[in-house]
Amino acid sequence: MELTGAEIAIRCLQEEGVEYVFGYPGGAVLFIYDALFNQDKVKHILVRHEQAAVHAADGYARSTDKVGVALVTSGPGATNAVTGIATAYMDSIPLVIISGQVPTGAIGEDAFQEVDTVGITRPCVKHNFLVKDVKELAATIKKAFHLAKTGRPGPVLVDIPKDISNQKAEFTYPSAIDIRSYHPPLHGDMDQLKRAAKLLLEARRPMIYAGGGVVLSGASAQLTDLARLLGFPVTNTLMGLGSYPASDQQFVGMLGMHGTYEANLAMQNCDVLLAVGARFDDRVIGNVEHFGQVPRKIIHIDIDPSSIAKRVKVDVPIVGDVAHVLGDLLAILHSSKQQPDQQAKAAWWKQIDEWRGRNCLLYKNSDEVIKPQYVIETLHRITGGEAFVTSDVGQHQMWAAQYYKFNQPRRWINSGGLGTMGFGLPAAMGVQLAHPDATVACVTGEGSIQMNIQELSTCKQFRLPVKIVALNNRYLGMVRQWQEFFHGNRHSESYMDALPDFVKLAEAYGHIGMRIEKPSDVEPALKEAFARKNDLVFLDFKTDQTENVFPMVPGGKGLSEVILAEDL
Amino acid sequence: MRHIISLLMENEAGALSRVAGLFSARGYNIESLTVAPTEDPTMSRMTVVTSGSDEVIEQINKQLNKLVEVVAVMDMNEGDHLERELMLVKVRAVGEAREEMKRMADIFRGRIIDVTEKSYTIELTGTGSKLDSFLQAIDNSLIMETVRTGACGIGRGDRILKL
Ligand SMILES: Cc1ncc(C[n+]2csc(CCOP(=O)(O)OP(=O)(O)O)c2C)c(N)n1
Repeated sequence: MELTGAEIAIRCLQEEGVEYVFGYPGGAVLFIYDALFNQDKVKHILVRHEQAAVHAADGYARSTDKVGVALVTSGPGATNAVTGIATAYMDSIPLVIISGQVPTGAIGEDAFQEVDTVGITRPCVKHNFLVKDVKELAATIKKAFHLAKTGRPGPVLVDIPKDISNQKAEFTYPSAIDIRSYHPPLHGDMDQLKRAAKLLLEARRPMIYAGGGVVLSGASAQLTDLARLLGFPVTNTLMGLGSYPASDQQFVGMLGMHGTYEANLAMQNCDVLLAVGARFDDRVIGNVEHFGQVPRKIIHIDIDPSSIAKRVKVDVPIVGDVAHVLGDLLAILHSSKQQPDQQAKAAWWKQIDEWRGRNCLLYKNSDEVIKPQYVIETLHRITGGEAFVTSDVGQHQMWAAQYYKFNQPRRWINSGGLGTMGFGLPAAMGVQLAHPDATVACVTGEGSIQMNIQELSTCKQFRLPVKIVALNNRYLGMVRQWQEFFHGNRHSESYMDALPDFVKLAEAYGHIGMRIEKPSDVEPALKEAFARKNDLVFLDFKTDQTENVFPMVPGGKGLSEVILAEDL
Repeated sequence: MRHIISLLMENEAGALSRVAGLFSARGYNIESLTVAPTEDPTMSRMTVVTSGSDEVIEQINKQLNKLVEVVAVMDMNEGDHLERELMLVKVRAVGEAREEMKRMADIFRGRIIDVTEKSYTIELTGTGSKLDSFLQAIDNSLIMETVRTGACGIGRGDRILKL
């Protein structure tokens, strides 16, 4: 049957099993919106800003293992989406973004609402397409989904000119697609795997460093089995949290700039490092030269060869899907008669426990002023550690990462790579839609929340009972912290003056707002809010204005050059 | 070190800017870049001449491979290869210089492909450094304009870049 391009686009989404499209209409996508109107399989979530559409699709994707879908119009619709796309790109999140474009005949004429969307997004997508022939539309969308979710996942954009969405073509959705230049590997090289197993079994001070790739490939079970089999310590990156159970004795906490003392020192001092789905970025290992001062053998498993040996030299590179590679590695280890040296391992654990004994996350609680760490600890307690927690960017993000102990993957949803303020609330919408009965908390700051505050309206329309946990310190706290440490404590533009009354603001949008000013009210307020299963509650916690995030490895320093709260 | 990297890529609009964008976004050097369709009209072959440390060159190869439209990548410097570049030079050719220019063109196995009363246009092929030598060998003040294609490379013997 002949369908219009717009109908084809929607039929493709149906064929892909897409539940939700997050979007915002405009001239160039009117035919597509018309096609949406005439069906009810794919539900459209009308956001209030295109950035939020992409973040919501992103939150949906991160909390499931499905592809998130966003739909935006040409020109400003597409440029508004760019921050969302870049956010997903940096964290390798599978998205398909459909953007409208001016009619093919008008392209290049500076037409109304024309931008070179494919050009603008090129550096922050896995791939993008401009559809020039309606006959190629279905295959292009098929390719987009295939590219988004296979290999190293990422956002893929399909730009559809308005005339294409109104021209007709025969619709058939290809059941499979082969892109001749694109065959991401699944299994790692067997010889390398054997070398890796040998190194692991001979290690005296081993360490497992696991990142977002473990979450993305669904390899938590394999990682946990491997770590338990060997009895090695495990650390997670900010993106990897939940890929190994935080309550497990072998877990030494998050590493990196605000990682635990024990994780960073074990990372620095290990003799064999198994890096899994992680990329040694600057926020994780700090200064590369300093990291290189201690000799160690590195085994690096990653789906993306360009992540391997990018910042550090690697002894055993293994390119493949983390779940497959870890599965194969486990099989080799199971069939090996050799065991890691128990004495060496015990000595190493003794050392790690000594570092652990510093209790680097200990903070001084107060009866007068609400400590942000206390809010997160209480949040963890009253949600039984079972909530989906999204976050914005700043101090609150780090405290959430440090004090909410994630035992499961895909529960911790934050913008790690791009560090996008404004991510938390729209991401929470996507998470809540994907998991309608789950508890979803958005940990945020009074700065970040205002970057996409308009989404309170979307939450109202679609009855999304997200709990907003705002750690309101009346500062752009993370900026203030850096100014304190590195800029002579000059608070240049880091005070959030003229803040709105968030309680009234929440009420204006039709939600419930609560202001919490006393430490003794923290727990009752959280309990009350989370008991309201069907309501969005905005919890405005007036927290300690001067609190800083510790431990801290200052930018450009080495992992052992850490500042602890007790040092000050 | 200087490397010649050859790639086969889909003959699609935008593929070239993906490669060029990759080099500028990641701060890699481009000395020259040439591209044209191959005998298979769905594919183009590109030659990029770049330079960098071993680590940078390794990253360039990996990053190029990662581009969806790139079908195959070969670093020519990893084996025996040939390199050729074409240059057209227009020189002033009057009086004594007219004979001298002809002589130099012959020595470098160049061909004079356009002649006017006052000028010659000389066509030369060879490695980049041979073309450089020619320019150094002639009187610089006589050069009116030059245009070079940038290098293209091919493996020797059995070294073949094909799908
Ligand atoms: C879009 C964007 N702009 C600027 C920044 C730089 N930045 C990082 S953290 C931060 C402060 C965030 O303040 P707030 O949301 O109040 O959180 P807090 O640090 O106080 O917990 C800023 C401005 C950013 N990450 N994202």
